[in-house]
Amino acid sequence: MRGLSRLTLVEMKLFLREPMMAFFTLAFPLVMLLCFGTVYGNEPSDYFGGYGMVDVSVPGYAAIVIGMTGFLSLAMGITVYRERGVLRRLRMTPLRPYAVLLSQVAVLFLMTALGIGLLVVVAKLLYGMRFDGDVIGVLAAFTLSCLSFFSMGFVLAGVAPTARTAQIVGMALFYPMIFLSGATMPLEAMSDAMRQYVKVLPLTHVVTLLRGMWVGDAWGQHLTEVAVLGVLLVVGLVVSAKTFRWE
Amino acid sequence: MGDPREHRGGDTHTVTKRRSEVGAAVGGLRLAPARRPAMDRKPVVEIENLRKTYGSLVAVDGISFAVQEGEIFGMVGPNGAGKTTTIECIEGLREQDGGSVRVLGSDPHRDGYALRPRIGVQLQESLLQDRIRVWEALHLFAGFYPNSMDWDLLLEGLGLAESRNVAFAKLSGGQKQRLFVALALVNDPELVFLDELTTGLDPHARRAIWDLVIEIRKQGKTVFLTTHFMEEAERLCDRVAIIDQGRIVALDSPENLIRRFGAESRVVFTAEDGFEAQRLNGLTAVTRVERIGERVVVHGEGDELIVQVVNALSEGGVPIRGLRTEQSNLEDVFLALTGRAMRE
Repeated sequence: MRGLSRLTLVEMKLFLREPMMAFFTLAFPLVMLLCFGTVYGNEPSDYFGGYGMVDVSVPGYAAIVIGMTGFLSLAMGITVYRERGVLRRLRMTPLRPYAVLLSQVAVLFLMTALGIGLLVVVAKLLYGMRFDGDVIGVLAAFTLSCLSFFSMGFVLAGVAPTARTAQIVGMALFYPMIFLSGATMPLEAMSDAMRQYVKVLPLTHVVTLLRGMWVGDAWGQHLTEVAVLGVLLVVGLVVSAKTFRWE
Repeated sequence: MGDPREHRGGDTHTVTKRRSEVGAAVGGLRLAPARRPAMDRKPVVEIENLRKTYGSLVAVDGISFAVQEGEIFGMVGPNGAGKTTTIECIEGLREQDGGSVRVLGSDPHRDGYALRPRIGVQLQESLLQDRIRVWEALHLFAGFYPNSMDWDLLLEGLGLAESRNVAFAKLSGGQKQRLFVALALVNDPELVFLDELTTGLDPHARRAIWDLVIEIRKQGKTVFLTTHFMEEAERLCDRVAIIDQGRIVALDSPENLIRRFGAESRVVFTAEDGFEAQRLNGLTAVTRVERIGERVVVHGEGDELIVQVVNALSEGGVPIRGLRTEQSNLEDVFLALTGRAMRE
């Protein structure tokens, strides 16, 4: 337990010392919020069912943070540690292998939560963001989305031969999602056909689920999203258990 | 990397002497504790017919040996000889395809987690996180073990105290290796594994690391190391297993290996033109005399060679200059055993 907590603490410090990681998780969502918030403001609009641009964007930006930590930070972190032999060295200590992976998950989960937390606080203070959902529901949706994306990140880390490949594949998968999942360009701006197509992107389901929870939808209205993310989580765990490599 | 021949010239006595000098410098004036005779000591590592293959490549081809408590045991051989595979099977990082491995009485693969607190490991080509600081790494690793040493003392002892706040990426090669030694010692292990510890270090840093290894043994720990530097094995190891193409071709103390398999020794000196070198051929220990300009090279065998040559020269009253001896070393032993030089 002491080993796990020390490793998690060190990994957290290292995350914050890594300018790229810290920027994209903590600062980048704020930059997007400030840019779009300044341009569009947060006036209630019929287009968004009585909500403002910021109200609907914040859950979308939150989804981006989740996608980024899963597809980029986690997969990169694991593959870089594998390449450098950090995983091998940790395996030669009494620390159990699951603790090594758990510390990664814990750090990224906390950092994702921190990034989204900052986003929510700034949106609230600067733009008076509306929030009609219940906090428990949002936290549950956030946790499911994180775990689902983290398990896909583990698959990517297991399948990619090198850290470089993991990075390229992670970016290739993630970048289209930024624009097509409804995270930045609202789903309302897409044609009906387009809205059907983009459902193949896992992040679309995160955006839809988080936006729903934000405005107080019942879980029953989002069974599809929960099912898709749940299946991805389980499949991801099964596949990564088979493909994961320590060296 | 310097030519290994530069280091020639130390006979077995010089090697032992250097060893105790180094020990005294590191550990104050304290002398190494009297070593128990080999028969009293129990084996800490026992390998029986170890085999490991990767696909069709046979990395380790049925090797057997035992490492005794309190010794520095070395595996030497060229890159790709199977040293790292063997050490990683012993550490429990890999599972062998055949044969048995016992470490401190346990199976390192099955009882690995019971064994880990009792062993210290430095892995070849393993790095830490770039931005982790020296003290953080030690604090972290100390937290993994039920019992750990005061790592502040360890940092001091390894000359890292001033670098305690330095990030891993900013350390020099020698400092990184010393940090890995510190991490291998943080749990106060009985048995320490060092895999190619000095590869990539400059000669100065390498010598500093050698002092450390000797100091580790003085604390009563057993050291198992691999190296492809024959000189390193010769300086450090009590016993050496020479490994080539997955097999042990010889196992003994460096002194015995050189005596048994080493080529002849040589006495070299410079004499004036009038000197009749050929008359040294009459000496019993001499096998051959060469004259190259002013230089005379007397080839021969055994410890008697130098005594006979020096006696003959002083009796003859011949003025000579710059007399020195050249002893064969483990590189010569490897060449004699395998027919190939260590470095191709």
